[in-house]
Amino acid sequence: MSVDKDTVLRVAKLARIAVSDAEAETMKGELNEILDWVEQLQAVDVEGVEPMTAVVETRIKMRTDVVNDGEKAGDIVQNAPLQEDQFFMVPKVVE
Amino acid sequence: MTELTKLTLAEARDGLKAKDFSALELTDAYLSAIEKAKALNAYIADTPEKAREMAKASDARLSNGSAGPLEGVPLGIKDLFATEGIHTQAGSHILDAFKPAYESTVTANLWADGAVMLGKLNMDEFAMGSSNETSHYGPVINPWRVTGSNRDLVPGGSSGGSAAAVAAFLCAGATATDTGGSIRQPAALTGTVGIKPTYGRCSRWGIVAFASSLDQAGPITRTVRDAAIMLTSMASVDDKDTTSVDVPVPDYEAAFGAGVSGMRIGIPKEYRVDGMPQEIEDLWQQGIAWLKDAGAEIVDITLPHTKYALPAYYIVAPAEASSNLARYDGVRYGLRVKGDDITGMYEKTRSEGFGAEVKRRILIGTYVLSAGYYDAYYLRAQKVRTLIKRDFETVFHDGVDAILTPTTPNAAFAPGEITDPVQMYLNDIFTVTVNMAGLPGISVPGGLNADGLPLGLQLIGKPFDEGTLFRAAEVIERAAGRFTPQEWW
Repeated sequence: MSVDKDTVLRVAKLARIAVSDAEAETMKGELNEILDWVEQLQAVDVEGVEPMTAVVETRIKMRTDVVNDGEKAGDIVQNAPLQEDQFFMVPKVVE
Repeated sequence: MTELTKLTLAEARDGLKAKDFSALELTDAYLSAIEKAKALNAYIADTPEKAREMAKASDARLSNGSAGPLEGVPLGIKDLFATEGIHTQAGSHILDAFKPAYESTVTANLWADGAVMLGKLNMDEFAMGSSNETSHYGPVINPWRVTGSNRDLVPGGSSGGSAAAVAAFLCAGATATDTGGSIRQPAALTGTVGIKPTYGRCSRWGIVAFASSLDQAGPITRTVRDAAIMLTSMASVDDKDTTSVDVPVPDYEAAFGAGVSGMRIGIPKEYRVDGMPQEIEDLWQQGIAWLKDAGAEIVDITLPHTKYALPAYYIVAPAEASSNLARYDGVRYGLRVKGDDITGMYEKTRSEGFGAEVKRRILIGTYVLSAGYYDAYYLRAQKVRTLIKRDFETVFHDGVDAILTPTTPNAAFAPGEITDPVQMYLNDIFTVTVNMAGLPGISVPGGLNADGLPLGLQLIGKPFDEGTLFRAAEVIERAAGRFTPQEWW
């Protein structure tokens, strides 16, 4: 499976990364090299093998259902590039 | 006074307790060493005021008898760990000016035990790299040079700042993280000791996420004993990380000196890869001989799926990264670049904020998770991962206590020498299997090559059996000796 420039641009769009035509051309080569290299996994017989979901088998821990944190709106927005009255500010999204 | 920096972490701890010197004297010695070592670019944020304030508090506790196990010991912290009110950017432009309002569990554990923070250490951007050349803050330079040469070398990555700072005596020990080899590979390339503990041993809470099913924190130190001391403090069971495993943390230092008599050490034939330099093969044979001389039983083993670990990793890790790094959108923290609309803002922010290697991995990850490709790539890679883990389980079930391999396929190389992404990825060929299986692995210096550069040996253990790794690594350390670079910086 190899990717063309349009696929690179489509994936970049999905990943929300602006990519110029020239960059897409370079990335196409690099991505194809990596994808060609991982192609060797097709040679492994994985018939009947369960995919790994956790390296250490443990039961999911249950926490006591109590309020132990919160009231930190100021802390949460303090690193935002733009904030007002403890809200994140974004460009207009609804006309 | 500068000689204080040459002490091991254990010696510094003991000297502080005996009041041979104060925590403030020790901290000042490190701060002036850091000041003189700017050429290495190991630290990207110095915190001298914070360090002195913590050292004074340590001196007070050393006087009044309430000292913790690491009281007054000055440490460097990888930029990936959240430190309250202090530079935490994962070596990236996209986290510009980010100062978290919280502390990571690992660093909180260290401060609770009395350690002193010297500053934040350089690293590959988002821990993606094997040479510390992808940092927004510029490359870290290895304190080691080829004998008689003044050419710069890379320290390895991604914890290159941590490894360089420890090797150059710019801290008594450093925190680091390892997703595919990022503790062990730089430790090997700088003549230091680095351990990646079992997945779930150290809490990941407050560590900037790269690939959550693989990321683990661990120490880089100058000796095996120092690594044991630091890991005892770093490790904990933490409710804030659901993958933190509910196993009590032993005192790793307590098992020291037990040796390897009667231990069964496995030698996997699959790690003898094509084109492996003779110096790596010689190092491996030397390591085998040392353990045998110390009374270990050497057994040949097979880990048949070894060669598939690295390609499977380069599906799993980018897939998880593409998801984890989706949060950097120019809204909640860090950099924002204006666009025509909100999507344009996201796209420009992420294009400008991420470096080339990070973008490459996000795109790979997005591609392998995209509709129609999930089964062929991600699902298959996770099945291969099951097989890799099964290989190790079989060997341990058959009575092997630990596995000995080289840490890296080569010594330190020059900046710019490896430009091909896949060639760079191959630097983690011996370390990545351990992350895929969630096992503990330690790198310990085994000797110098003909050029005078350090090489590392890796020991791989059973889950939560870090104690055995420390015992075996100490035997190698005793036989090999310690290695320190000649100061040129």
